[in-house]
Amino acid sequence: MAVALILVLVAVGSVVFHLVSPWWWTPIASNWRYIDNTIIITFWITGAVFVAVILFMAYCVYRFRHQAGRQAHYEPENKRLEWWLTIVTGVGVAAMLAPGLFVWQQFITVPDDATDIEVFGQQWQWSFRLPGPDGQLATSDTRLISPDNPLGLNRDDPKSHDDVVIEGGELHLPVNRPIKALLRSPDVLHNFYVPEMRAKMDLVPGQISYIWFTPTRTGTFEILCAELCGVGHPQMRGKVIVQEESEYQAWLQEKVATSFARLTPDTRNGAVVPD
Amino acid sequence: MGSILFFLSILAIIATWWLSRQGLASKPWLEQGEAAALPNLSVRSAAPATIGLRVFLAVVGSFFALFISAYSMRMQLPDWRTLPLPPILWLNTIMLVLSSIALHGAMVAVRRGERNELKISLIAAGVAALAFLSGQLVAWQQLAGEGYRLTANPANDFFYVLTGAHGLHLLGGLVALARTTEKAWRVPATEHLRLPVELCATYWHFLLLLWLVLLSIWTGWAGEIIDICRQLLT
Amino acid sequence: MVDVPLGSAGVVAAPDVEDVELYHPHSWVTKYVFSQDAKVIAIQYSFVALSVGLIALVLSWLMRLQLGFPGVFSFIDANAYYQFITMHGMMMVVYVLTALFLGGFGNYLIPLMVGARDMVFPYVNMLSFWVYFLAVLILVASFFIPGGPTGAGWTLYPPQAITTGTPGGQDWGIILMLMSLMVFIIGFTMGGLNYVVTVLQARARGMTLMRMPLTVWGIFTASFMALLAFPALFVGAVMMLFDRVLGTSFFMPAMVEMGQPLDRNGGSPLLFQHLFWFFGHPEVYIVALPAFGIVSDLISTHARRNIFGYRMMVWALLAIGALSFIVWAHHMYVSGMNPYFGFFFATTTLIIAVPTAIKVYNWILTLWRGDIHLNVPMLFALAFIVTFVNGGLTGLFLGNVVVDVPLSDTMFVVAHFHMVMGVAPILVIFGAIYHWYPKVTGRMLNDALGKLHFWVTFLGAYAIFFPMHYLGLMGIPRRYHDIADMAFVPPSAHTLNAFITIVALIVGAAQLAFVFNLFWSLRHGRNSGGNPWRATTLEWQTPETPPPHGNWGNDLPVVYRWAYDYSVPGADQDFLPQNQPGPSRAAPGAGHG
Repeated sequence: MAVALILVLVAVGSVVFHLVSPWWWTPIASNWRYIDNTIIITFWITGAVFVAVILFMAYCVYRFRHQAGRQAHYEPENKRLEWWLTIVTGVGVAAMLAPGLFVWQQFITVPDDATDIEVFGQQWQWSFRLPGPDGQLATSDTRLISPDNPLGLNRDDPKSHDDVVIEGGELHLPVNRPIKALLRSPDVLHNFYVPEMRAKMDLVPGQISYIWFTPTRTGTFEILCAELCGVGHPQMRGKVIVQEESEYQAWLQEKVATSFARLTPDTRNGAVVPD
Repeated sequence: MGSILFFLSILAIIATWWLSRQGLASKPWLEQGEAAALPNLSVRSAAPATIGLRVFLAVVGSFFALFISAYSMRMQLPDWRTLPLPPILWLNTIMLVLSSIALHGAMVAVRRGERNELKISLIAAGVAALAFLSGQLVAWQQLAGEGYRLTANPANDFFYVLTGAHGLHLLGGLVALARTTEKAWRVPATEHLRLPVELCATYWHFLLLLWLVLLSIWTGWAGEIIDICRQLLT
Repeated sequence: MVDVPLGSAGVVAAPDVEDVELYHPHSWVTKYVFSQDAKVIAIQYSFVALSVGLIALVLSWLMRLQLGFPGVFSFIDANAYYQFITMHGMMMVVYVLTALFLGGFGNYLIPLMVGARDMVFPYVNMLSFWVYFLAVLILVASFFIPGGPTGAGWTLYPPQAITTGTPGGQDWGIILMLMSLMVFIIGFTMGGLNYVVTVLQARARGMTLMRMPLTVWGIFTASFMALLAFPALFVGAVMMLFDRVLGTSFFMPAMVEMGQPLDRNGGSPLLFQHLFWFFGHPEVYIVALPAFGIVSDLISTHARRNIFGYRMMVWALLAIGALSFIVWAHHMYVSGMNPYFGFFFATTTLIIAVPTAIKVYNWILTLWRGDIHLNVPMLFALAFIVTFVNGGLTGLFLGNVVVDVPLSDTMFVVAHFHMVMGVAPILVIFGAIYHWYPKVTGRMLNDALGKLHFWVTFLGAYAIFFPMHYLGLMGIPRRYHDIADMAFVPPSAHTLNAFITIVALIVGAAQLAFVFNLFWSLRHGRNSGGNPWRATTLEWQTPETPPPHGNWGNDLPVVYRWAYDYSVPGADQDFLPQNQPGPSRAAPGAGHG
């Protein structure tokens, strides 16, 4: 009796906790509302299954607890019931998977008008590179990194002359413009993660990975490293400052004026793919 | 990860075939009595050691298949420089083939109960295997002498590690072979020698096969065969 | 009484198991230390694994103290914190759970449950334990060397694992870790061959595969998977060891570390991740499948009802085992691998949910119309279902590629895998110990202490890990030594962290009651008799309890029925042991007892 009651309390308590707890995701600041929606769908389906299973179990524990003279019912299997349960489960799984794959397709398809920027993570700070007026980033190579070329830009590449390098600072982005962030690391794995943007991807030394997103509201958001990168991992923070287009342009002009980023042949390695 | 998945699918096919004969669809609660209705469980006729060796070979196979997977993933990166195969490898290959043939001969001899042939075959197999191993060492020396050292290029790393791992497995086999050979002198009844000789032979054939697979990868034949298969499929 | 086989064809397989000659120990050392008796080896394995578990538990306390009360304990600096999480993770996953389920329960239960005298290769079995013990020693030794153990996280991702920015990366820590893993794998392979071949070759007369208890099925499938999956870790470890010690570039790309270029070129960090997870994902099921099997038997025995849908349970086990080899890259959705793989791996991952769900349904359907005895093993089994369902369902979030993007590498992941492969299997281990302790010692564990242990452990563990999901949902990353200054984290989250820490300390302390119970009951426990739970499976039918070396006295048992003849209509008691001939089953439709 007590056991059944506690099981009910666990199920009900979990649901109540979910509904009233103050701990929930940060207000979204990018176009990835779809991801939030997929999570909500998943919460509904899995929550219903969880409550149903636990309550059913609690009922069984209460109803069929041992009493003098009780004998268990003998029934080795019930093919029909099992097949039905399998089909219902399959449908539930498909209902979560289909929207998930659909949104994933969007997640990996970068729109044509996205602006390339570079996010450069090293132990343990973030640096950034923005294309100057030409709108294009120059090539780069880890082997070119030196004190006066901290990001290893290819200075023979004409596109390098107007690239804006921001070391250990803040990333400014214009609101409502799709951004393709090219992710590069010279040392170990890092992960570019802004909770409000929902997007996240590893920086892998030896290759360039990417994510894209469109900031949808202005404000300052924290950049975290989400892949263990050594003892300084929790200190590896940065800021994204999303601004109105005009403010952003004003800031960019100032940066272009003061920046002397110079930049050589590239060995952008493709991702290693299992054959 | 193609080669490990290929290897595992072969194992899966074997497992499915075996399980399909175990009455997995039967309803055990309807069957009473000391034996359920399962015709000839032929698998029981094999000695546990035979089955043990087969399972172990699956483990070794999975180990090398994974190494080959890693090899084929790593070689797609731009710093890969294929290394030339030292010609002595062909001589070594012949030695390993001879060793395998000798053990096959030992197996035939032990089945017929011919003690002398058995002894000669076992010794010959051991000598040929040792010749193979020394040849491998020579190959390493030649490569290192020509500047293809470890750490110079991943292709070299893989060559040394894979030949090394294969050699260590053969060395382990030689321990078993030595004990079997010693038994061939000591144990009076040849029936008792049958199992260890068979186990050695199985292991040797497997290592030979493995060596041929590795060789075909280094020579590039494996790649060509895969390409041909791809073309046939498309 | 002559039994008539009721099988379709009525063909009787020939008697096929020859009795084996056992190694007879001559001295105390060969009987209890270098023993070749699977049951002694099982106890050795369990004892060492549980001891390692206690170390890992203390490490988790230290981490929780730092997270709950940051800055209060100055000796837990970032270095120490990362060493603690790494050792805690690796110890728990490999040296505790794998060793306990396969080395401990596998060794004890396989021979007894299939009706064998011992494992087929007792000598190799003995070696297996001692090699495992050596691996544990190497691992623990890393606490006592300069630089301390590695702090690379249990995933050991290069380049980070072997560079200076990581504790132990350029010291001995990572080398000892890799060597210990390699030794463990060698030891496990020896044991694993035994478990598999014993099930294949040494089953008692009449013990067809479909008459085996699900415990044996679970351990058998898991052992097979482990034999094929561990080589991936071995290969990864060999290559990383070469990279670390000899300076090769398997995984190490051209890199600049702390302003200094390293002499490496072109290696692929992702290659290691593929190898690691090719082992790492099956590993989850290597732990889960024995737990599935054991819990099936606990539920069936204590609900006095056959496991519902036995055939489906076996097929689901096999399906999960096979599928688990093609889902590995779902740990790598945000790793920078080719993003198109996401489609394939999300699909396979969610498909695996179906056979797993079938198992859950069948467990709870076994309770339906049962005769449920709520003793301690059963309580643990019920708690397993709660935590496993919870953890399994959050797995559907993380497996579904795009949902994983915001959640991966956050506390959500930590909560998920602790619930599903930490708490759930450990609850099964406890349940199994309460269940089989009487067979091992001849005495019952104390019931009151057991219930206390159960309630604190179950409710406490749930209170630790359920709220933790929401910290992750908020965006708090895992493996953060300190989250104090994060702008988006409200103060209430720190309160929650402190709460979790306090509960973790309490749950940890409750384990002392369990350890005390294990030793106290050895002398003072109630005498159990041979079959206290009135169970059907063979291990409860041994002539002596605890069973001596050789298990079965003069004659090997003969198996006449499947493992789940509970509450058979018409039988005069509510269980029919597997080795009991007749009475023939009443015709279908016959009235109840």
